[in-house]
Amino acid sequence: MGALTRTRRASKFAGLAAGLAAVSLVAFAACGGDDSKDTSPTKPAGGATAAATAAATKAAGTADYSSLSGNVVIDGSSTVGPIAEAAAEEFGKVSKVKVSVGISGTGGGFEKFCKGETDISDASRPIKDTEKTACQDGGIEFVELKVGVDGLTVVANPQNTWASCLTWSQMRKIFDEGSAVNNWNQVDPSFPDQALKIYSPGADSGTFDFFTEEINGKVDKFRNDSGVTFSEDDNVLVQGVQRDKGAIGYFGYAYFIENEAKLKALEVDKDQDAKATPVAADKRKGCIGPSDKTVLDNSYSLSRPLFMYVNKKSLAKPQVKGFLQFVLTNPALVSDVGYVQVPDAEYTAGLAKLNAN
Amino acid sequence: MVVASGNRSTANPYSLTGNRTRDLGELVIQALLFACAFLSVVTTAAIIFVLLQESIGFFRDVSIFEYVSGTQWSALIEPRSFGVLPLVWGTIMVAGIAGVIALPVGLGAAIYLSEYAGERVRSILKPMLEILAGIPTIVYGYFAVNWVTPQLQNLLGDRVGFFNAASAGIVVGIMIIPMVSSLSEDAMHAVPDSLREGAYGLGSTKFDVSTRVVVPAALSGIVASFILALSRAVGETMAVVLAAGSTPNLGLDPLQSFQTMTAFIVQVALGDAAAGSIEYRALFAVGMTLFLMTLLMNVVSQFLLAKFRDVYQ
Amino acid sequence: MLGAHSRRLAVRMWIGRIFATAVFACTLVGILALGLLLYQVLDAGLTRVDVAFLQDLPSRFANKAGFNPAIVGSIWVIGLTGILTIPVGIGAAIYLELYAGDNWLTRIIQVNIANLAGVPSIIYGILGLALFVRFMDFGRSVAAGALTMSLLVLPIVIIASQEALRAVPTSLRDGALALGATRWQTIRGQILPVAFPGMMTGVILALSRAMGETAPLIMIGAFQYVPFTPGFGVHSLGSAFTVMPVQIYAWAARPQADFQATAAAGIIVLLAVLLAMNSVAILLRNRYQRKVRW
Repeated sequence: MGALTRTRRASKFAGLAAGLAAVSLVAFAACGGDDSKDTSPTKPAGGATAAATAAATKAAGTADYSSLSGNVVIDGSSTVGPIAEAAAEEFGKVSKVKVSVGISGTGGGFEKFCKGETDISDASRPIKDTEKTACQDGGIEFVELKVGVDGLTVVANPQNTWASCLTWSQMRKIFDEGSAVNNWNQVDPSFPDQALKIYSPGADSGTFDFFTEEINGKVDKFRNDSGVTFSEDDNVLVQGVQRDKGAIGYFGYAYFIENEAKLKALEVDKDQDAKATPVAADKRKGCIGPSDKTVLDNSYSLSRPLFMYVNKKSLAKPQVKGFLQFVLTNPALVSDVGYVQVPDAEYTAGLAKLNAN
Repeated sequence: MVVASGNRSTANPYSLTGNRTRDLGELVIQALLFACAFLSVVTTAAIIFVLLQESIGFFRDVSIFEYVSGTQWSALIEPRSFGVLPLVWGTIMVAGIAGVIALPVGLGAAIYLSEYAGERVRSILKPMLEILAGIPTIVYGYFAVNWVTPQLQNLLGDRVGFFNAASAGIVVGIMIIPMVSSLSEDAMHAVPDSLREGAYGLGSTKFDVSTRVVVPAALSGIVASFILALSRAVGETMAVVLAAGSTPNLGLDPLQSFQTMTAFIVQVALGDAAAGSIEYRALFAVGMTLFLMTLLMNVVSQFLLAKFRDVYQ
Repeated sequence: MLGAHSRRLAVRMWIGRIFATAVFACTLVGILALGLLLYQVLDAGLTRVDVAFLQDLPSRFANKAGFNPAIVGSIWVIGLTGILTIPVGIGAAIYLELYAGDNWLTRIIQVNIANLAGVPSIIYGILGLALFVRFMDFGRSVAAGALTMSLLVLPIVIIASQEALRAVPTSLRDGALALGATRWQTIRGQILPVAFPGMMTGVILALSRAMGETAPLIMIGAFQYVPFTPGFGVHSLGSAFTVMPVQIYAWAARPQADFQATAAAGIIVLLAVLLAMNSVAILLRNRYQRKVRW
């Protein structure tokens, strides 16, 4: 009898304590909510410091967003996603607007956009003709805004000591449709015997579209066997390359910079163009790796523009317009995340487009 | 009983209460409650309808023969190919590894708790095992990626890919141990003591009684628990998505990446294919396959459980 | 003759002892795995759990990332699920135990419920996506999430409630009916109050299961960067949202080691909430078992 009562009393106290814990948890959560604390992070992200971010937010101070509220729905490229997320986070500190960011991929984003389900579509490539038609059919008119430039980076595992530069023809050999390359020594006989595993964005990704068109000559033309791991989520690809010694992958520069210590960027040498026509000897630029400079002056051959497309009807909503104004007047966010800003004139032109619509 | 007054429907011999208003009230309540119960049938119908509608559209473009017998699954990348065998094989691979871990360990634990453990020990260890079942699958996925895969890589070196089926199978196995042990133990508990006493009386050891009397007697219940646990492993999603990756694979090496049916469904949902496109429809076709597979397993295990109950209760 | 027998006996004794150790080891395997898992999670994430973590919004900086929208989202979805499933689930159980005759329709409904309980949760996600998000056009909202989870949880609630009703002694029902009460009066006045704690135990356990579910809500579209809470009004029903397990998944899928720690912190909070819910359920069950004295 004694043991049983003791057990029951113990369980009663345990239950009471657990209940109190749960209630206090909920109370903390409920009472906390939207006031985010502005403590500076101990580790900066994307190569820039908190100071730059804070400065960026203050620089936007000429515009007052504090009266804005409502929703902004964004979806699309997982490459441009980090820009939208950073902007959403900072914008949320100066306004009451609720910005949600999805990363279904450039293609997936456009499908939603052309049905009117999203306000803004992130894209790591220009809108395709088929997508333009779909938008027309859906009665959607849009404005195209260029927000940055990305140097698409081909990466390998840091333990990969043998490869430092790959030519277009070598990459085509690895990545083309029907390729059965599964070992590094098949790429170049001087490379060691090491199994080669590919980590690639999936078919809905603008990165995938851009890369396949550049390297293999046609969008969506890519090998498709068990040697490739596809993922729409660039984070998953980064994880794969980080942990797999013979891995090779490609994604946006921001994802490389975020994980610079655990990845190795490969230089690329454009020895032939998308249609496999050899590049003339005097036009060849040699092995060039991605950096702010090489991306901006276009010497890095895998540079590509990053876009945000906005539904004209959504522009009528002040919070959507305000968000995009915030993005275009805070280009430091773009470089904060790891991409390259376009020249200021383009941001001003973008703002003009916003105001005209 | 025969009092004449306003609402009384004394003329109606079926009246429940002798009062027409209350009769109506009772009927309304009964109808409402029936609707609640019938909702479950509506849910099943809805599931079947939703899955069937898009699957039919899918099978207009892809022949059932190609779907069922094809060995290449490439729903999102050109050239498209819709042989579902790699996905089913991936599911079987993960569930198989899970089963190899959970079935013997679960049965062993059940035998211990039912035949060997004292009441006190049982009351402590059994709830602890139940906790395993209550942990969300996402936690198992996290555990697989952050502990199991690195340990496997330490043990076996480069052969272990970052995404691999073994890691997923191991954690799913741990997750379903309580299902096997709980249900098997219930089955063994239901075996009458008279059988045990009889065997002891004839000079059996505890080992003999457990393995030659109790387990065979409880066999259909035990097998039912196996099938139920495996069906849970087949339907498992998050641990597999995080740990096993998304490469359809018909190979035999569990240290490589595999894609299961559930992982494919999540992949399409996250990428969000356009409604009406063939990838979208493929999601439903695979969902239908998964549903039928688990339905079959559940029906068989329920049949076995019912048979077991008939014998002993 | 006797020597051979005692040798055989010794062998059998040894086999017995080895077997006993083996089955005990099997029991320990599960418990050790549990301990290992908890240790790993606590080790990785405990330092990240503080009040700020509970109150902050998610961020691209791993050590600023907060769990607040996920917690509020979970409360919303699970709360709504409870509100929907308690009446419907208990109603269905009452019908099946106390009204339904033993005919083919009843048997179909029972078998059906048992099957639904075993359907993988991702199938419910597909159903929710097609029915609530697309067909009824609720979009990726709290409402769609709650409706989907309700369908998922309903079979479990029904089964648990049926068990609770079965535990009520028939003498109670018979007595009330003999005194002239209608069926519903009996149920409402006598049976339900006695069965209610047991039903609530079942409901809480079912809801705690729902709280850990990830796949169906990913299908509904909870996997987004949602740096805001749905708020606390009627408008919240249509709001974009995220829940604790999905937020954990989003963090765990990021490559930066810091985010793995954040994911672990989220897991600790989730497990703490689940522990609290289960403790309440067990408390209820113990108290209720004590009260019933016939």
